Amino acid sequence: MKSLIAQSHSLSDPKIQLDVINNHNEKIRSLEKFGDKMDNIGLFPLKPTGVEIFQMNVGYMCNMTCKHCHVDAGPDRKEIMTKETFEQCLVALNHPSIHTIDLTGGAPEMNPHFRWFIDEVSKLGKHIIVRSNLTILDTKKFEDLPQFMADRGVEITCSLPFYSKRRTDAQRGDGTYDKSMKILKVLNEIGYGKEESGLLLNLVYNPVGAFLPPDQESLKQDYKDRLWEDHGIVFNDLYTITNLPISRYLNFLVMSDNLEEYMEKLVTSFNPSAAIGVMCRNTISIGWDGALYDCDFNQMLNLRTNHGALDHINDWNIKQLNNREIILNQHCYGCTAGAGSSCGGATV
Amino acid sequence: MDKTYYNPEDLKKFGDIGEFQKELGDKFFDYYGTVFADSALSAKEKAIIALAVSHAVQCPYCIDAYTQESLEKGFSEEQMMEAVHVAAAIRGGASLVHGVQMMNKINKLSM
Repeated sequence: MKSLIAQSHSLSDPKIQLDVINNHNEKIRSLEKFGDKMDNIGLFPLKPTGVEIFQMNVGYMCNMTCKHCHVDAGPDRKEIMTKETFEQCLVALNHPSIHTIDLTGGAPEMNPHFRWFIDEVSKLGKHIIVRSNLTILDTKKFEDLPQFMADRGVEITCSLPFYSKRRTDAQRGDGTYDKSMKILKVLNEIGYGKEESGLLLNLVYNPVGAFLPPDQESLKQDYKDRLWEDHGIVFNDLYTITNLPISRYLNFLVMSDNLEEYMEKLVTSFNPSAAIGVMCRNTISIGWDGALYDCDFNQMLNLRTNHGALDHINDWNIKQLNNREIILNQHCYGCTAGAGSSCGGATV
Repeated sequence: MDKTYYNPEDLKKFGDIGEFQKELGDKFFDYYGTVFADSALSAKEKAIIALAVSHAVQCPYCIDAYTQESLEKGFSEEQMMEAVHVAAAIRGGASLVHGVQMMNKINKLSM
């Protein structure tokens, strides 16, 4: 499957995506604006609580083309972070308030500077999270990476949209489930997911369709039971993440005639407690080209940090960023629905 | 009037039934909310029971609502279909067990 951009699909254009989630039809146009909703509960303009998590999207290249991917990642994407930008990031992230470096993509492992950068960040004593699709670790070129990451204490947060083969393969492609089980066993063998090892292995659940995630704790227990009983696999935590109406997932919603109901569901499920804890308040997202965003979703919609805040790593100034106003739009309802959603799962 | 008896959009209007009789509508929805809350049975267990009952009573609104609810409670396709089979088994069994009445009648009428 090609990426939307390689297909010259209209929904590869962030402006068109924003238009669709705001104006697709009369009903969608009539939905309360997210900014107004936040204003009603005293959270507008939305301000950061301080940058603690430095999330870097190191490139959109991926060995997979999952149906729900908000990045529109795939083998045909060539955008990739250069060493020069990594070096700028190394300077920027060396601040006491930033405790976690979160590497995402695409498949972040495919960036040629990945190993060098992890070594450099390790020297600074920062916690590192790598968001892995698992299947990339089942290739000759990357098969030594699990041990490399274990030796440096890297936390692995990996995609597994359901504990069943049927649903996982439906979203991520045939054969993904079996490869994922194989790699999870490899990770377990070197200590990942085992309480005593200190090597954190977390799984990410995404709904495979137009519905919201289940309760995180209850689903975590289901995953624990099923993966242990069926495969002898253990892991630490499960994060439930709501799909935001962006890129390929937005295309799915439009094509399956689910967009209106899904947007309504997100709006009616708005939870003020979740709104208080949205991840953009303590995270900054850095694009492959060094551009700055409030989150990885805003990055895909090309909504750079704004309202007078600097918007490129060249001009990094953490004090100024801590005073910025976060850019909001209708997709933000995805992070405030129900129990909330973030890169670390539910927020309530 | 619509030209069909069932319209998916009508499900969203369920809450409007109080317009014609507010007191009973309010009482029903209070009761409904309490029934589906976590209690001796969890809200998750109640969702899969509701899915099975929806099929037993063949309510398209209920099937729509509790299919989505079951997915959002984390049930797998296999679990949901097994719940439907429970409904089918009870419905089928309900017909079949009346065969005993038929047998009783045959035995009474026959020499």
